[in-house]
Amino acid sequence: MGWFKRSKQNISPDSQKREMPDGQWVKCSQCDEIIHNKQLEMNHWVCHKCKHHFRIGSDEYISLLLDRNSFKELDRKMKSGDPLNFVDTKNYKERINSTIKKTGLYDAVKTGTGKIDGKRVSFGCMDFKFIGGSMGSVVGEKLSRAIDKAYEDKIPMIIISQSGGARMMEAAFSLMQMAKTSSRLARLADAKIPYISVLTDPTTGGTTASYAMLGDVNIAEPKALIGFAGPRVIRETIGKDLPEGFQKSEFLEDHGFVDFIVERKDLKEKISTMIDYLT
Amino acid sequence: MKNMLEFEKPIIDLESKIDEMRKYEDNLDIREEIEKLESKVIKLKRNIYENLTRWQRVQLARHPERPYTLDYIYMMGEKFIELHGDRAYKDDKAIVGGFLKLGHHKVMVIGQQKGRDTKSNLYRNFGMANPEGYRKALRLMKLAEKFSKPVITLIDTPGAFPGLEAEQNGQAEAIARNLFEMSRLKVPIVVVIIGEGASGGALGLGVGDRILMLQNTWYSVISPESCSSILWRSWDYKEQAAEALKLTAEDLLEFGIIDRIIPEPLGGAHRDHTFMAKTLKKALIEELDSLIKIKSDKLVQNRLEKFAKMGVYEE
Ligand SMILES: [Zn+2]
Repeated sequence: MGWFKRSKQNISPDSQKREMPDGQWVKCSQCDEIIHNKQLEMNHWVCHKCKHHFRIGSDEYISLLLDRNSFKELDRKMKSGDPLNFVDTKNYKERINSTIKKTGLYDAVKTGTGKIDGKRVSFGCMDFKFIGGSMGSVVGEKLSRAIDKAYEDKIPMIIISQSGGARMMEAAFSLMQMAKTSSRLARLADAKIPYISVLTDPTTGGTTASYAMLGDVNIAEPKALIGFAGPRVIRETIGKDLPEGFQKSEFLEDHGFVDFIVERKDLKEKISTMIDYLT
Repeated sequence: MKNMLEFEKPIIDLESKIDEMRKYEDNLDIREEIEKLESKVIKLKRNIYENLTRWQRVQLARHPERPYTLDYIYMMGEKFIELHGDRAYKDDKAIVGGFLKLGHHKVMVIGQQKGRDTKSNLYRNFGMANPEGYRKALRLMKLAEKFSKPVITLIDTPGAFPGLEAEQNGQAEAIARNLFEMSRLKVPIVVVIIGEGASGGALGLGVGDRILMLQNTWYSVISPESCSSILWRSWDYKEQAAEALKLTAEDLLEFGIIDRIIPEPLGGAHRDHTFMAKTLKKALIEELDSLIKIKSDKLVQNRLEKFAKMGVYEE
């Protein structure tokens, strides 16, 4: 229940802008270094001074991880059906449409097939820009289809998670996407087809409590927030401040929930090697 | 009456008036008057309980006198043997489970357990499980699978526990693992929402072949209060949030997310525990009778297809 609080914090417009303004120069949120956009991109959107991994979107991950021009997108225009006619202070349909306009994305995940060092994979990448990377029917359906594509074509499945959790505005439908994606992965596992899960900042709530934690191998980027409940909710529950580094990638590795942490510059190579071991 | 909900007040008032008048029942005129009032109470009850708002349903689902998992276990079945622990870390008291004779079926029954008072609520952690609870549940399900016994899960939780140790011990992984394993478990699974079905903490016991909800329960991705605090940025919009979330049994049946609603006694399950348990037992036996006829491969395939269909999108 708690992860939405976190996601709301994260959707606040300035958290993105602070890191990625439209201009030529950006300031690192961790060490205040001023970095030129081009330089940042050349360094895989990682601060050259403090190694802070800037949050990047699905297009950037596609360019980083997949062989040039190998990505063939599936279900690009699949869009939320607003099953509940959900209205809070805003109308969900309008929220969806304005987010589509603003981001050029149709929902919080891109899926398709591509190649990693010539090896064909089924690929899904979430995108925090779209309503905090929240998981609703579209995310669940697109990922399920991508998993089924891996099953049919007998190719490895790779999912990059970046999400505040399930999408409140689709209520029980969102919740069921956790069961749906997990059950497709169970079918994939029974066919002995590998699934590699990559957890990036942040991966929380229903996303973590389903496909993100279910990799044959779980890989995390450094210092990503990964958890079930959001830090604020936990702080309120226990009435104490949280220890330094709590719910960060390194904490999860220490406690046995991610296999290893990898810097972004090495991510493609590690995934590629892992595919070799698992196929 | 203690634990009266606000919308029940007119009923309770009228009922106590009748009780008062009973003292003078010898008087014929009064007896007639009592009869009139009694039929008025029945009408009033129908009128109130058949027109509950979603928020009022949530309140009924949380009624502190509702039957809980262990109440159902003892009222519905015989020879319950509780099994403890996840064989790795500890025994989570927020989830109970064990073998039970239910009519002519031998089943594994697992559910979240709430407490009735402060002490037992602390012991049960208010029905909010830690990872070891979900892992215990999975261990018991695997045990049931090994010996070809169907699984029944009874869901009643305000959520998985959002604590420090819970995170450290992999709350997310434990829930994810249950979804993954339950979807391919080779024995029948019948899921019943008996009270609150809050979010991933509920779903962690919620993947099955048949999903049932008692009439006055709720099931959603978030509680109305938390939804209110996030989307409205205030705790005051829980009624609106409950409406927006469409979280009642009727809503979810219409969405195709659940399969069946189990009727409750007028006024809620807490008004008549025996009747409620009997009704649920009958329904469970019906479900099991039909599920055990299905071959395990087909059962798993049907379950996968059932969840694959959930979701609404435009292409
Ligand atoms: Zn830096």
